[in-house]
Amino acid sequence: MTGTATAPLVEAAIIGGGPAGLCAALELARAGIRCLVVDRQHVLGGQLIKQTHRFFGSRSERAGQRGFEIGKQLAAELLQHDGVTVWLEGTAVGYYAEDRTLLVERDGALCRVHVEALILATGAAERALAFAGNDLPGVYGAGAVQTLMNVYGVRPGERAVMIGAGNIGLIVAYQLIQAGVEVAAVLEAAPAVGGYWVHAAKLARAGVPIMTSHSIVAALGTDQVTGVRATKLDAKWQPVQGSQFEVPCDLVCLAVGLSPLTELATLAGCQLAYVPELGGYVPWHDEEMQTTVPGVFVAGDAAGVEEASSAMIEGTLAGLAVVNYLRPHSQYAASRKRAAAQLAALRAGPTAERIRAGLLKLSDHRPRLAGTGGEGK
Amino acid sequence: MRIHDHPILEFRRGPEIEFTFEGQVLKGYEGEPIAAALHAAGVRVLRTTPSGRARGLFCAIGNCSSCYVVVDGVPNVRSCTEPLRAGMAVSRQHGLGELR
Repeated sequence: MTGTATAPLVEAAIIGGGPAGLCAALELARAGIRCLVVDRQHVLGGQLIKQTHRFFGSRSERAGQRGFEIGKQLAAELLQHDGVTVWLEGTAVGYYAEDRTLLVERDGALCRVHVEALILATGAAERALAFAGNDLPGVYGAGAVQTLMNVYGVRPGERAVMIGAGNIGLIVAYQLIQAGVEVAAVLEAAPAVGGYWVHAAKLARAGVPIMTSHSIVAALGTDQVTGVRATKLDAKWQPVQGSQFEVPCDLVCLAVGLSPLTELATLAGCQLAYVPELGGYVPWHDEEMQTTVPGVFVAGDAAGVEEASSAMIEGTLAGLAVVNYLRPHSQYAASRKRAAAQLAALRAGPTAERIRAGLLKLSDHRPRLAGTGGEGK
Repeated sequence: MRIHDHPILEFRRGPEIEFTFEGQVLKGYEGEPIAAALHAAGVRVLRTTPSGRARGLFCAIGNCSSCYVVVDGVPNVRSCTEPLRAGMAVSRQHGLGELR
């Protein structure tokens, strides 16, 4: 590290410029609160920048628009506001709750920023899966392949096997075809497709076999992937003897779920709760998205893995809550209620059952706040 | 392995520039991640672990540490997020890398 950067005078910082962070920052900006958005990428938008599929839901969730278009619009709207500072290629490396100090590394310098409120919108990381050769070049997270193809226009391989038939697996498999890559098969360990049927149907029409009750045993090859060995699974998820077969490919994509990125929340002293339905360890938070550390809020996948549409509304909720936290005002209850109702509607369907169960579990984990710093500002 | 015709996307690329990988001159677009340029050139093995296993790109968003390379003598550079610049000397990182 060389030198120190000048800290901007802000009241709040938002870590992560994806769908949740941008929507949170917009609420602060609209309320005239000076804020800092930190993102480690060179462009705002988070994972929206690689999402080429059209969003579902209603107009208020920007249904019908493609993810990368939504990201651009949110970023453009945010930058119209005075009082918003954006630090790209910056990494938030610590937060000291006792004196409300955020530490950011940027341009080879460490910078201390004092903030009255912090919103963690750090997103999630793709999970790996245990199988022989899972570290070979050619084995990627499905999101990584999406980044290569859809952001940088690079074809990641010639022939792919997708592991996982949830929404990410199905969507990225189709996007591989759009990028000119042959998709040999989609393997799904569960007995049924996990993602929306509309995505599965697109693949079926393209002639891609979606093999349920199947999983990967090994990635083949010595210094690069040359194929996969797969197996059929029985009702107890155990490999069926004698059912193994090999598929030649140079690309294996893992779409086996995401885990919230909670490093910064942990450093900040937030209590975590283990809720598998939300992706594993998540910072405990209340209905206002506030963690167990006063003034530290969380939104989006970092608060529990869901999807971009819900991340945007959670960002709005966290933003509204921070505005009220810094400047209590009478309209807060009404605007919060609107956003909460929108989020509830989005989570009303059968596909969100798991999320609803997870959120219920999270509220059961409600920590005893005595001595944890949960006494309020 | 560049994508030229895409049904949805148009790629706006920076100027084409030259850099080296393991001493060999390659072409890429300024500002794209080093790993993207290397993939386009067919290079997928980016480093080897201390035990000698090959590693490549995995997360592509600066989160894991699978894609470390040495850039102009500096080890542990995340090739998935580090923008490509003209004249960069990129090489595979073997083991943990050495600080000069």
